This record gives sequence, C-alpha cells and structure tokens, in this order.
Amino acid sequence: MVELTKETFEAEVLKAEGTVLVDFYGDGCVPCQALMPHVHAMEDTYGKDIKFTALNTTKARRLAIAQKVLGLPVIALYKGGEKIAECVKDDATVENIEAMIKSHL
Amino acid sequence: MDKLYDVIILGAGPAGLAAGLYSGRYRLSTLIIEKAKDGGQIAITDEIENYPGQMVEGESGPSLIARMTQQAEKFGAERASDTINKVELEGEVKVLYGSKDTYRCKVLIIATGAFPRPIGCKREGEFMGKGVSFCATCDANFFEDMEVYVVGGGDSAVEEAMYLTKFARKVTIIHRRDELRAAKSIQEKAFKNPKMAFMWDTVVDELHGDGILDGMTVRNTKTGELTRVDADPDDGMFGLFGFIGYNPRSELFTDMIDMENGYIKTDDNMHTNIPGVFAAGDVRVKSLRQVVTAAADGAIAAMQAEKYISNSEI
Repeated sequence: MVELTKETFEAEVLKAEGTVLVDFYGDGCVPCQALMPHVHAMEDTYGKDIKFTALNTTKARRLAIAQKVLGLPVIALYKGGEKIAECVKDDATVENIEAMIKSHL
Repeated sequence: MDKLYDVIILGAGPAGLAAGLYSGRYRLSTLIIEKAKDGGQIAITDEIENYPGQMVEGESGPSLIARMTQQAEKFGAERASDTINKVELEGEVKVLYGSKDTYRCKVLIIATGAFPRPIGCKREGEFMGKGVSFCATCDANFFEDMEVYVVGGGDSAVEEAMYLTKFARKVTIIHRRDELRAAKSIQEKAFKNPKMAFMWDTVVDELHGDGILDGMTVRNTKTGELTRVDADPDDGMFGLFGFIGYNPRSELFTDMIDMENGYIKTDDNMHTNIPGVFAAGDVRVKSLRQVVTAAADGAIAAMQAEKYISNSEI
C-alpha cells in the first residue's frame, strides 16, 4: 500500500497508469481504522490489477477538499487523473468497496 | 465454522464487551462478532466524563474502549470481524449467517446498538461526506477555521459542538425549540464559549450546493419563515453535523423478536421473547442509554446466559 503525501498525490495517483485506489483516512477517524485492515486484505486479492494507496487527510486537508473529500472514510478509484468512483462514509462497507473494485477491473 | 459456542455476542460496544467479560469469567465459550471497530458510538467520541471509574483527565471514548476490549479478551472472549446478514433464532442452536462464515451458539446476546438519526432535510443524502457528517472526531479537521452548524439540543449536540470549536472559527447550534435539553453544566460551558452561536426554533429544510455543501434553507418552527444560509464566500463551504438521537440497529430481527419502535423489548433480566436470546445496550427499550447502563445490561445478559445454559440440556 503506497502511503501518499500532498506532494506525491499528483504523480502517484493523477498521473499514474491504470486504476488507482485511494483510501482517504485521518488521525482520530475510528471508522477509517476499522476499514484499514479490510482494504489491506483487498490489496492481496486485487493488488496486481489496481494500485492501492492511502492518504492521511489530516496532513493534506486542502488536497482532500480539492478532491471533494469532506468526510471520512472515503475509498475512491482514480483513472486518467479523474475520480471514477467512490464509497463514502456509511456506504464504505467491505461489500460495497469490493463490488466497486470488481466493476472497474 | 463447526464450533458450537456457548455464547455469541453481536456487537463489541460497551454492552457486548461487558457481556464478553462476564461470559468469559463464567468459563463459557464466548465469541464476540463485530463488523466495524470496537466501541460503537463511544469510539467516535473525543471526551467522556461520566463513566464511573474512568480516568478523569484525558479519557477519550477510544481509550476507555481499548481497556474494555483488553479486559474481555483477557478472560477468554474470542473475536470475529464479520457482518451478520441473517439469523435463525428458533431452536436450541442459534445460527448466524455472516458474509465470511456461519456461526452457531446456544445463547445469543444482541448488543448491536444504534446508528445516528438523519437530519431529515431535503438533499441530505447528496451531501453525505460532502459537508454533512455525524462524526465530529472523523471530520472536524476539514472545517478548520471555517463555519460549522450542529443540529440538535441534547448533551451530544452541545458536547460535539464544543469539540468542533477547537477546529472551526464559529459553531452554530440549530435547535428546533427555544431551549436546550442538555445538562445544565454542559449548557453553561456552551453559553460561555465565544465561538458558539445559537439558532433557536429552527430546523434545516433543504441543502444546496454543487458537489459540496455551500448553502441551506432553514425554517422557523414557530413562524414557518424560510431563511437562506450561505457559506462565507472566502470559505466556499461549511459543515453540517447532526446529533439528534439514534435509531436502533435491529433490522436483522424484524418479525422475529418483540420490539417497540424498533427497540428490542426485554424484561429486567435482558430476556427477549425467544428463549436463549438476550439483548443488551442501546438496542433495548430503556430509559437511559449510556455506556454505564450498556455495560450493566451486558453483565446481566451474560449471567442469565450462564443460568440458561446450566439449566438446559444442550
């Protein structure tokens, strides 16, 4: 899982080849911590098709807002520099995230 | 899985963890199933002051729950991370069908708790995570130095609003009546806080914005008058947090267990109408929903589970 910073987001996500998953989380976001191990498990399954990354939004607030992320957790898919899908907050269940990944393989 | 547990506990909030602790100490084989993170509602609360015996300084919901979890596991409670989608409660063996596995037990303790009640305004769903939130500890950071609105008038609304003043430059409580329900000590702190403002007799009617929340229409509950509230143009956005109560998480048991408005009915000993099925914590019909009462319910349910199992022939 590639840990992103506000400096590396553009190169690692927006300018990357193929599909990139971004796990937007934050310090003190308990639901984000709950999701993290499940996202890591999904990387084991889908990591060869999709690049898995994570961004700590507490340290990258403006970048998150520019990506239209104003509430956590968000698991998003990017392709060609655009956000093509996302699971937000209560919709970010393991089942929904996996379905989202599968539909963009 | 093949193992037949003595007790399965659904939910690892304070009710479930206390039940797990007591069940473990009774030497009952115990499994606690949790789909998210331990702690339930209290895990997303920054500060807790009213749990008897807690650390008075610096205790957060997560720190209290971490100790409860450790304690339950010390006495032998096993853990599974799974979502239960279907249950079979009739008969001597209860069956729980999860996304990952199937589980069997002699006794089921339902400690599934509750989830935040929506604000109920138009276009609320559209702005979830785009300005609307029910988790201040998750999302306060996005609104640093901006304006934030909190809907509600009870303890939670006022306490979460106070937490938000550490981040936002202004926090406005929107309450549908002209006085708060919160405890007096909490109200006093709120009124003294220079960053707090209040909109009385007001409810949120509709939200506005293109992808991100930047406006709302509010309604005066006494006059019916509608007023437009817009984000500061330099901010371009604001936060709207809802703390107006909870709905019980009991959908799994609809048409199976006696309920009242979705809350599970039990007697004083946590018995539901189904033998071998107990309920503990916020999911129950009760007068006070707090960590301390949830923990008490869990202990009682575990003790009743022990009695039930030793009296039965399973």
